[in-house]
Amino acid sequence: MNVGERDIGARLAFDRGSPGRRAVSVPRWEGEAAPLPPAGLRRERLRLPELSQGEVVRYYTALSRLNYGIDSGTYPLGSCTMKYNPKVDDLMAALPGLADAHPLEAEERVQGILRVGHELQEALCSLTGFAASSLAPAAGAQGELAGVLMVKRALDDRGELGRRRRVLVPDSAHGTNPATAAMAGFTVTQIPTASDGSMDGEALERELDESVAAAMVTMPNTLGLWERGIDEVAARVHAVGAYLYADGANLNAILGRARFGDLGFDVAHVNLHKSFSTPHGGGGPGAGPVLCGAELAPYLPAPVVVSDEGGLRLGRPERSIGRLQQFHGSYGVLVRAYAYLRSMGLDGLRAVSEHAVLNANYLRALLVDAYDLPYDRGRVLHEVVLAGTRQRREHGVRTYDIAKRLIDHGFHPPTVYFPLIVEEALMIEPTETEPREAVEAFAGAMLAIAAEAASDPDLGRSAPCGAPIGRLSAAPAARRPDLRWLPPGE
Amino acid sequence: MELPQGLLYTAEHEWLAVDGDRGTIGITDYAQDQLGDVVYVELPEPGGRVESGSVFGVVESVKTVSDLYAPVSGEVLERNERLDDEPELVNASPYGDGWMLRVRIEDPQQLDSLLSPQAYEEVTRQEQRGGE
Amino acid sequence: MLARLGLSSTAELFSEIPERYRDPAIEIPPALAERELVELMRARAAENAADRAHPSFLGAGAYRRSVPSIAGSVVQRGEFATAYTPYQPEISQGTLQAAFEFQSVVCELTGMEVSNTGLYDAGSATAEAVLMAARITRRRSVAVLEPLHPGTLDVLRTYAYAADLDIEVLGAPPDPADPGPAIRGALDERHACLVVQQPDFLGGIVDLELLSRAAHESGALVVAACDPLALGLLRAPGDAGVDVVTGEGRDLAGPVGFGGPSLGLFAARRDHMRQLPGRIVGRTRELHGPRRADGEEEEPRTGYVLTLQAREQFIRRERATSNFSTGQQLIALAFTVALETLGPRGLGESAELCYQRAHRAAARIDELEGYAARGRGSWWFQEFLVRGPLPPAELLRRLKERGITGGLDVSGRPEPEAREAILVCVTEATPAGDVDALIEALASVAAEAGASP
Repeated sequence: MNVGERDIGARLAFDRGSPGRRAVSVPRWEGEAAPLPPAGLRRERLRLPELSQGEVVRYYTALSRLNYGIDSGTYPLGSCTMKYNPKVDDLMAALPGLADAHPLEAEERVQGILRVGHELQEALCSLTGFAASSLAPAAGAQGELAGVLMVKRALDDRGELGRRRRVLVPDSAHGTNPATAAMAGFTVTQIPTASDGSMDGEALERELDESVAAAMVTMPNTLGLWERGIDEVAARVHAVGAYLYADGANLNAILGRARFGDLGFDVAHVNLHKSFSTPHGGGGPGAGPVLCGAELAPYLPAPVVVSDEGGLRLGRPERSIGRLQQFHGSYGVLVRAYAYLRSMGLDGLRAVSEHAVLNANYLRALLVDAYDLPYDRGRVLHEVVLAGTRQRREHGVRTYDIAKRLIDHGFHPPTVYFPLIVEEALMIEPTETEPREAVEAFAGAMLAIAAEAASDPDLGRSAPCGAPIGRLSAAPAARRPDLRWLPPGE
Repeated sequence: MELPQGLLYTAEHEWLAVDGDRGTIGITDYAQDQLGDVVYVELPEPGGRVESGSVFGVVESVKTVSDLYAPVSGEVLERNERLDDEPELVNASPYGDGWMLRVRIEDPQQLDSLLSPQAYEEVTRQEQRGGE
Repeated sequence: MLARLGLSSTAELFSEIPERYRDPAIEIPPALAERELVELMRARAAENAADRAHPSFLGAGAYRRSVPSIAGSVVQRGEFATAYTPYQPEISQGTLQAAFEFQSVVCELTGMEVSNTGLYDAGSATAEAVLMAARITRRRSVAVLEPLHPGTLDVLRTYAYAADLDIEVLGAPPDPADPGPAIRGALDERHACLVVQQPDFLGGIVDLELLSRAAHESGALVVAACDPLALGLLRAPGDAGVDVVTGEGRDLAGPVGFGGPSLGLFAARRDHMRQLPGRIVGRTRELHGPRRADGEEEEPRTGYVLTLQAREQFIRRERATSNFSTGQQLIALAFTVALETLGPRGLGESAELCYQRAHRAAARIDELEGYAARGRGSWWFQEFLVRGPLPPAELLRRLKERGITGGLDVSGRPEPEAREAILVCVTEATPAGDVDALIEALASVAAEAGASP
């Protein structure tokens, strides 16, 4: 095997190596052997690859080279906040005293890691304007579930759960919002977006009544825009006895500038792997702490780090919705986020939002003539949602093609076809860690692609041609799914 | 877009072929084109019931999923088992091999509320205008 | 840049935020230079008596394992660590192919037909399995067989509250190798599934075939939360009739890390493929092969894509099988590399080494004056119950004085063997010297207790 293997995907680790070959040795048990369980309880066969260690390393090194990460280049995935992750934070998380701590160790022996958790809770509360937080959720979607369940239990305690069965979600929301509300047993009512890109106030007014449990609002929203009149929305939601939930996936846009609690939100989650710069790992791990005001604090998921005379300990809020994981949360990620926060300080965090918003606006200015901009306020926050509608209409080049063509220009494409309310959407978030030259280079590629769409539309339709692999056939994969290795003939 | 004359249609893009008290249900050529490559069709088993205007199944393409609405009420007599292995028949032959269900039509009066080919064509024309 | 935007200051970028909410007072300590940060974090780490120099016999769902070192080095590659979810398959084949390897490893290990790319942890994966069983069977009750990890039971209650399901806890069978009698009669047509842990929370090995047979009589599915190392020795749950296998992959991928981030394993039968939560990767081919210099098209190459996506939240929204989005991909990668490095023999040998070391340690403790060490049931894996001359809390306290974390106090549990006992865990990674230190400390505690009861 070598890195330049033509069809590396055709051979998995399972298809390589040779029977009996080993990558690592295991100490032999030399002592007196206890009897093993009888045959009926024991494994009969185990098929795993048999490779030398060098083969394993080369195979995975070869695979890694087929990937594009933020370490490779600009990665402007809207809503996903792909910014550079400081390497020192990884090293801090690997310090043996933190990485080897057992979750059930006596609390007085893990005061150091509990201090990290406690200070992170406090800092997040201060940054979001809330009274209390729990670091338990493993990711944003689990943070959402925690928040909605806190609302559910609070309504239960008020004796109103029976009649409050609806959750309002704007049509621009991430799919996790309606999926979470449904998972928590609520029905979802969609609120349309007005032409200025904020929620349609009249539609909201029509839907708000005593059957509503909560409204979930992404702040700023997925169009990269400030939700106008959010404090009034909060007042109206509260007037009918419902709660207002903030999806904090875009917190990086307003870090240090505005706080969910001040705006009238009751509960929120934030994605530490986005705003607080921990590596995304090809899809995790992340962390999605949940934060709330005093009213919902008794319902926070367990555990929370509490401080009392005896020091720091893990506690369970009085009316907690319970645990979300066996143990305490994604501490390896929490340590990285804490390290990031301490190395930035408040001024650094304010610089994050400033540069992120500046970059997004600069990109908007560079591209606004070449692409459509459906919800245009002349200004955006952390991301800009363009549309490839002109390219599709005039040249038959779709957003999908534009994305693939960007790969040939050496960039990771932005988020496409989301939010759902924007046709042919291109949702671009440069983040604060892209220098001006990188933003300009990306814009240059987008402009070149717009020009190509007119002059040579076929170029887009057959892209990418310079990637490790060409366009893949998705429909047969979903019709007759091939989801695992099997030995030849099985 | 193919739009056979002898069929009845719904605004949700299903067609119904009537043969005495038996009806055959599928989705239209327009619908399959909008969905793109169909990858999975979920249908009720024979012996079950469908209700006019209610969801009886789901059709999935790579990037979307759509509900299927029954044009009429009645007992399910047969489902197209070929779609289990070849859901692409819905794309290739929406009015032929890509049919979905056969039902016993309980109330022939329900047929009056279904659309003619011309009325359905108007529905698709309006949708396309709305989409641009 | 500001000039290009027609702005005079960056403050104007935030002018849409109403002034009364803008730039609030926030308390965050001032920025630290990298060197200061490292000092601070070292100090935090030093506040923990938690590194491997410190003998600990805690297990209970988080195990110190011998993880092949290359697992840690592969995941440090920036191309893996700093990629996002593979939305663009053409430049994400590394993540995608590795995820397909992961699914294959999990299927082989569990004896199941399909796996997703991993969930958060064993607790939430088991909860997702319960939700899936309720969708499939359209039943609303869930039976849970003790002894189950209390953290998992807690998570099950959280998710059951969300989905309005009932949880019924069934008392532990006297012998996990004969679980049938505890189940028959307790399950009926209301039950969507039976949840069991393998090995159980007190270490006993469950006969999953007898259990599955008993549970299937009422039409309930069987969800088994399994320790993946134990599966190196024990019968594949899929071969024993289990319908959904979950488990915790974290400890075979890296350090216990205070219990997270973790890795939920989730494998099921092909019939239930479209009901799975989470992401799934499928194998396919290019639409067109690459073009050679002479313009000829070569054979399309094999590639990997996210598939069966219509189940997921970003397409199905409120009707998705789960709200799952960001997961644990990098830990799944480490898990895959670790298992493929161990290979079939390495995993089997590690599991057996773990078994033998635990049994030897138990036998040595049992020989000590004043102590009884017993595994639960006919067969057990790596955890056993120790009773000593002092109540569990006091015993643990005196061991702590001697620098040893002796295990977990389980005396509050209902199972008879847990009464007055601590749960002690010895794995393949427990240094032999630590076991010697424990034996010595237990003897000295007994002597002390004998001297002044």
